[in-house]
Amino acid sequence: MKFAIMVYETAEDFSNRSDAAAQGEYWAAYSAYSKALKEAGVAAGGTALLPPDTATSLRSPAGKRHIQDGPFIEAKEQLGGMFLIDVPDLDIALQWAAKCPSAATGGVEVRPVLEMG
Amino acid sequence: MSLTNQTIERIGRECYGRLLSILAARSNDLAAAEDALSEAFAEALNRWPEAGIPDNPEAWLLTTARRKRLDGFRRSIIQQGAIEHIGHAIAGEESRRISSQREMDSDSMIEIQDERLKLMFVCAHPAIEETVRTPLMLQTLLGLDAARIASSMLVAPSTMGQRLSRAKRKIRDAKIPFQIPNKEDLDTRLASVLEAIYAAYGLGWDDPSCTSDDTTSLTSEAIWLARTTIDLLPNHPETLGLLSLMLFCDARASARRDDFDRYIPFDEQSLDKWDVRKIEEAEALLRQASKMGEVGPFQLEAAIQSAHTYRRLTGHNNWNEILHLYEGLLRYCQTFGALIGHALALAETDGPQAALSQLDCLDHERVKSHLPYWAARAELLSRAGRLAEAIEAFSRAIGLASDPAVRSFLQERSKQSIA
Repeated sequence: MKFAIMVYETAEDFSNRSDAAAQGEYWAAYSAYSKALKEAGVAAGGTALLPPDTATSLRSPAGKRHIQDGPFIEAKEQLGGMFLIDVPDLDIALQWAAKCPSAATGGVEVRPVLEMG
Repeated sequence: MSLTNQTIERIGRECYGRLLSILAARSNDLAAAEDALSEAFAEALNRWPEAGIPDNPEAWLLTTARRKRLDGFRRSIIQQGAIEHIGHAIAGEESRRISSQREMDSDSMIEIQDERLKLMFVCAHPAIEETVRTPLMLQTLLGLDAARIASSMLVAPSTMGQRLSRAKRKIRDAKIPFQIPNKEDLDTRLASVLEAIYAAYGLGWDDPSCTSDDTTSLTSEAIWLARTTIDLLPNHPETLGLLSLMLFCDARASARRDDFDRYIPFDEQSLDKWDVRKIEEAEALLRQASKMGEVGPFQLEAAIQSAHTYRRLTGHNNWNEILHLYEGLLRYCQTFGALIGHALALAETDGPQAALSQLDCLDHERVKSHLPYWAARAELLSRAGRLAEAIEAFSRAIGLASDPAVRSFLQERSKQSIA
């Protein structure tokens, strides 16, 4: 069964990505995590995203188009990317989610993937 | 929180398991007993602030819970349209305690029996799925709610709730008896009780927010459960061994972090952060257990902790003794923890290569996501000078860490191994 581990990061997490003092540890942690998923045979895809200030949101209610800079919701944690994993059940998905580096700083949301027939 | 509410909470913590085990022992219905008990607590919160706390609050709660359950029983019978059965119910044993103020006044006369040991044996019964035994114990004996247990066990709260309900239905429907097992079965059945308690300790230990001073942490709760087991069933060396083991660990729980919340490994912990009183109690328990002349895995694990503690306190090299204790432990159980501990002791006596050969024998499929394995392997490879492999193993360990302090520690160690 496939689950998405959605990585929610704080502003500090996002700035750590390019901060000279912090980026080494940041990327090493994610690359180690990603490798651990692969080695365990559960990795099923995923992607990282650029920081939320690069986002552009669009809505067109009743045909009236409205475009704005930034993500839809201003929140303390923003989506930084996601890992897709294939595991037997939610318990195991949560065990993997707990190892995701953002669990300790921002948060992690686990959701089953809707399988399209 | 008002003073009364605090008192009610304290009383609740102290007597929850005792009351629940009495309420459930006859009916076998834990869920109904929990409902009745929580209604009784709600009523206490309602009445005590004004009426004052009764002389024997525990007896008051028991009486009230029994009355609540009888009310519930009546309601359900009426719902079934079998009103004539009420007479039987009232004539039954439960009816002795119907609510008249006069009887409430005589509550202080009730002598509360301790049935908790029976409840422990029910929770750790072989017919109960192994993974639900610890949560069941935490909920029924300590009154922890499902969401709190779920967070500690890394399970979704709804899943935990369903598992606990299913286990309680099984206890009720399969009539798992509230009794102390007979002599032949006692040792094996007690072993599963002790394992469930130790699992609770392990959950608390792995929780980075756990400190030994927090009385609501799972480590404290597990120690309390072990103490209760010893009170109720003295003279079992393994129970003493378990408590000793947990106290040895607990004695250095707060030494695992420095003031900046960085992870500190055992050999670098500052000794003045160790709790000497807990160590002394642990030593005394271990001595007491060993006099009973029946060795078991918990006593051996406690003895290993004792030897490590002694080594740190005196600086005396006793790795041969530690290795020997691990060999003894492996005869009882071949857990990863024991196998890895054995390999690390072997590294001290015979060098890192010998230890690595031991680790190579472990089932690769089963260790691929096991953090302590990769952390130990990385350290050993680094000591053996196999640096490229060490970095690779450190990276595997880093990817498996969920405690950020441990993750940073491993990253630091990985950097040091190249330098």
